Parts: sequence; structure tokens; C-alpha cells
Amino acid sequence: MSILVNQETRVICQGFTGKQGSFHSEQAIAYGTRMVGGVTPGKGGQIHLNLPVFNTVRDAVRQTGASATMIYVPAAFAADSILEAADAGIEVIVCITEGIPVLDMLQVKTALNVKAALRANGAKLIGPNCPGIISSGECKIGIMPGVIHQKGRIGIVSRSGTLTYEAVHQTTRLGLGQSTCVGIGGDPIKGLDFIDCLEMFEADPQTEAVILVGEIGGSREEEAAEYIRSSMKKPVAAYIAGRTAPKGKRMGHAGAIIAGSAGTADAKIRALEAAGVVVAQSPAGLGEAVQQALAAR
Amino acid sequence: MNLHEYQAKQILRSGNIITPRGIAAASADAAVAAARELGGDAWVVKAQIHAGGRGKAGGVKVVKSPEDARSMAATLLGKSLVTKQNAPEGQPVNLVLVEETLPIARELYLSLLVDRETECVAIIASAAGGMDIEEVADATPEKVLTETCDPLLGVQDFQCRALAFALGLTGEAYKDFCRLLPALYRVFIANDLSLLEINPLVVTTDNRVLPLDCKMSVDDNALYRHPSLAELRDDSQIDAKEAAANAANVNYVALSGNIGCMVNGAGLAMATMDLIQLEGGTPANFLDVGGGATPETVAQGFKIILLDPNVRAVLINIFGGIVRCDVIAEGIIQAVKEVGVKVPVVVRLEGTNAELGRKLLAESGLAILAAESLTHAAKLAVEKAQ
Repeated sequence: MSILVNQETRVICQGFTGKQGSFHSEQAIAYGTRMVGGVTPGKGGQIHLNLPVFNTVRDAVRQTGASATMIYVPAAFAADSILEAADAGIEVIVCITEGIPVLDMLQVKTALNVKAALRANGAKLIGPNCPGIISSGECKIGIMPGVIHQKGRIGIVSRSGTLTYEAVHQTTRLGLGQSTCVGIGGDPIKGLDFIDCLEMFEADPQTEAVILVGEIGGSREEEAAEYIRSSMKKPVAAYIAGRTAPKGKRMGHAGAIIAGSAGTADAKIRALEAAGVVVAQSPAGLGEAVQQALAAR
Repeated sequence: MNLHEYQAKQILRSGNIITPRGIAAASADAAVAAARELGGDAWVVKAQIHAGGRGKAGGVKVVKSPEDARSMAATLLGKSLVTKQNAPEGQPVNLVLVEETLPIARELYLSLLVDRETECVAIIASAAGGMDIEEVADATPEKVLTETCDPLLGVQDFQCRALAFALGLTGEAYKDFCRLLPALYRVFIANDLSLLEINPLVVTTDNRVLPLDCKMSVDDNALYRHPSLAELRDDSQIDAKEAAANAANVNYVALSGNIGCMVNGAGLAMATMDLIQLEGGTPANFLDVGGGATPETVAQGFKIILLDPNVRAVLINIFGGIVRCDVIAEGIIQAVKEVGVKVPVVVRLEGTNAELGRKLLAESGLAILAAESLTHAAKLAVEKAQ
């Protein structure tokens, strides 16, 4: 088991024939992901990477039975691509694209929420501005290096790309391996959040412990801490980036900004520790922290 | 991207919002001419910088004659204005805004912003205007009013009425407010703003409501669809190193320490800063060369880091994912040769082709220290910076 995606998941790529879409589709295929085609408007009917190209996501879903998509469409068109995927009935929408205007995302989120309220099984959005999702040894949808992953016991949920790689690298080296890693992305308005993923990890038999990688800005880590305290039995380890970040400055990610006294790393660390989470002081200590959390169970 | 007050007010006017009449002036003579053109017997001269707290710092003064407008403009222009918000270096005053004065009865607070928690545009209002809203929220949270707008519907009339009543507005002021708020919302959406703050929003003695000050930030991600807004960028208001980084498309934030950092990925970049601090050092900057770092961005990153004279050591931390470490190593070698780096450079490479990358660095004959781990890299950089 794993969460959200596995070896059965049929995946398409939006922006399939572009440079990014082509490169990462090739990587996904090489990893063993069940890629079944892609979408580039105007190129329907062509064959790319030995897979069919469709003009619309609707066509792609009808003819391939795809249930997941990865989006490598430029920022100006990415919000539309997310909505197109949701309209076509795609269940897991992974948007890698960085730099989508925030007002576009507000509309997308509202539309997705309305759809989810109307339908029993709404689409799940991962990202935007994220590395994607990977169930180790089964399905890679995103830009993460597949080679550092190893099938195993740890679920990882993270707001940061390369910090996720640190967590993966360390858990692989310690022989723990990963079930699924979800990069939820660094934007302030995004799809799945910490709690959504924690809920799924808690219910997933393959996952024995969870690593949560957060950063300054917002209060989702605090909310996650409350959820862990009240509803989780599995051990959790965490790292929060940005202890030394100055107030009011945007640290690369649009979501990583400390406003007033809210959103500081220290407040998040305190909340997590109070919920019984083992918080690593250094990003180099993530593997050991989860080992410690497992041992303390 | 932040806008100046005079630019923000022009945008308000183009959205059919009445503001005090004013003219921006780049010289003392122009300030006199502006005062004469506006007419009246009192004016306010306001320094145009991208920071709040101007009034307390002496950047906003009421003058009673055009000649006083001249001397006030002469005092401000060409100088650096230091306020509580931009200390310690301050920001240069290249323009002043000369405005008519209004008979003020009350000062209110009003802002619109993208609220990540509710995933809506939120409207914040308070009867305690003219003060720092964060201080108001800390000391007297009951004085802060909030309405959130459904992104698909926008602000509704009932929300305007609720705020107007709560702010104690009556008669013409009530009507003004209920017209103003939807207009502000339209300006917010039409210009892809991330913040629109009016502090104070004033009620005049004849019971009209007008924005006395206005602060606007535009969503950088949306500038591509607002070419006329993109032209309003004023790089004189931001750190020179940050301006250079903007031009090179690198995420950079200047800090006050002495260890320059170059990292791929924003989260790892923040974590690297934290690790330096944990090992007893202080980071000179935040620099994210991006998940898809290339030899070119690495070279650009070096140049920006070395613009900072405080830098005593450079720490490069790259986790090669899709990016191959050997490519990054070549970029580092090329940049060190090209830029002529005089300070110790510590490099930690991990991930795809990391060993090959380390080998290239070791064989380059350059004084580059290859670290074995993340922690080792931070220790080494702190040691070398001392």
C-alpha cells in the first residue's frame, strides 16, 4: 500500500510535448510509472515517447482511463490546466508549475471545493509549485530524483522540494525507506495540506511513521500539530526551516514569510513538540529523528 | 512588488475612487509649482519611499505656504529617510507628493489582502486608524473587523453595510464607504494586488470618506499580465544586491552575517541558514538558485554574494535531483575562476553524480573545500569565516 498513487495508477502529462513535460515524462516512465499518454492542445493524434497525445484532458481520460495527471504547463496557463483536469474527472492532479498568480489559485481552489462538495469524490490537487508525489518503487509523478527513494516504512509530507530529498536520502540510508512522499508545495494557496496527508498516512498500513517538513509562514504546521495530538497514533518527526529568517521578507517561496508575530519557526516547533512530535534541530537530523520517534512508540 | 503612494493613488483614481488631489514633485521648484497649482492655504508634503512609519520619521509635514513646501521638499529630496520599518540604512527620497489637506474628523483603517488561512481576499477594518494595525491587533483584537470575500462572488453589499455600521459611519460617510469598498475590491482584482492598505481612511468634518494614504503591493507572479504596472518598479527602494538578483532571476535576501550561502531550493536554503546559526555562525544572505540550477545561475549567484563586502566565506549546498552534481561542480569551478573568489569556498554536493562532482572539485586545483556532509559543511564554513 501507499497513499494517493501506486503501480496501478494511470498517469497522463499536461504540457506533454514541451521541454519539461517530455523530460519528466521520460524520467517517470524510466521509474516505472504507468504513463498512458499526454495532452498538448493542437497536437492530438501524434505519438510522443511512444504514447498517444490528446488535444484535451477529456479525450485523454476517455481513451486511456487516466486517473492522475502531472502538469508542466507555463504559469500563465496552469490554473486553466488544473480546472480542465478536474472537469475531466481526474482524481489526483499534480501541478509542478511555479509562479501561478495567487488570485488565479484562489479561484481554482474555490472551484475545486465547490466540485468536491457536489461530488462524493472530488479531485485532489497537489501543489502548485511543488516537486510532486512519489510512492517508492511504484509511481513517480514529479521532478524528484527517483534513484534516492527506496520502498519502505516512512511517509513524508513537505512544503519544500530539496528538503524533501534530504529526508528521503536519510531514511533510505538508514534502511527505513519510504511509503509515499508528498511535496505539497511552497505557495500560500495550494491543494492538499499537511492534515490531508497525515490523515491518509495514519490510515495507510505500509506507513509506520511520518516525517513532516514545514517552514515559516502561515499556521498549517500548528494545525497539523493539533491534529497529530488529537487524532494520530503513528509517530511523527518534523523539521521546520526558517528559524533565522527575518520578519516580513519573502524567503523564496511565496508562502514563506513571517507576518507580525505569526508564522515563526519557533511557534511551530513549540506546537509540534507539545503534540509529542520529535523535532529535528538540523535538517541533517531528520532520519535520526524519525528513528527516535519509531523507537519511542 | 511595492508601489509608491502617489502611484497607488493614481491607480485608485483610475478605478473611480476619489482621493485627495496631489502632484508628485522631483525638485523643490516642482513642489512650489505643485502647491500653487493645487491652490488653498495648506498642503502636505510626503516623502515617497517604499516603507511605512514616514510621519514619525519626519517624512510627512503640513506646510502653510508654497515657500514652505519648497524648503520641506528640499529637506527631503535626495536624502535617505530612515523609519521604524526600513532601518537602519533607510531608503532614498527621489520624489515628494504635494497634496491638498483635508479637515479630518476621524481616522479609520482599511485593507484588502490575500488571506492564506481562509483562501479568500480578506477585508480588515478598524476604527483605530493611523496606527500600526499589528499593534492594534495585539493590544485590542476586538477593534479589528474582518470580512472574507468569496473569490467567485467578490465583496457583497451586506458586507459593506456590516463594516460601515461597525465603524460607526452615518449619512454621507456611510454611503461613501459602501461605494468605496466594492471599488477597492475591483481595483484589487483588476491589478492582481496582494495588499491594498489605506491607513488612515479619513472621515472629513463634512462627513465624507477618503483614502489619505495608500500602500499597494502587486503579486510578482502576475506582473506578466500588467506591463504598465511592471514599469512602476523602483529598484532604488530595494537593496542593490536584491535588485541585481531580481535581474538575474535568483531568489536573494540580504542579511547581516558573514557567510554567503548558495543553495538549490528555498526550503533547503532556509535550512542551511539555520544550520549555520546552529554551528555558531551568521548567514550573510538567503540565496536560492532554484531546483533546476545551471552553471550559469551558479555563476550569477557567486557574483551577487560577492557584492556583499561582509562575506568572509561562501557555503554552497546543492542537493542534485534532476540537476547533476557534476554539472554544478563545473559551474562552481568556472565561476570561481571567472569571478576571482578571494574568500574560502565550502561545497557540499549530494544526490545525482555527487561523487563525480566532488572529484571534479578536488582535481580543479582551486581552493575549494569539499564537505562530507551537511553538518560538516556548516562547521567548516563557520570555522573559515572566523
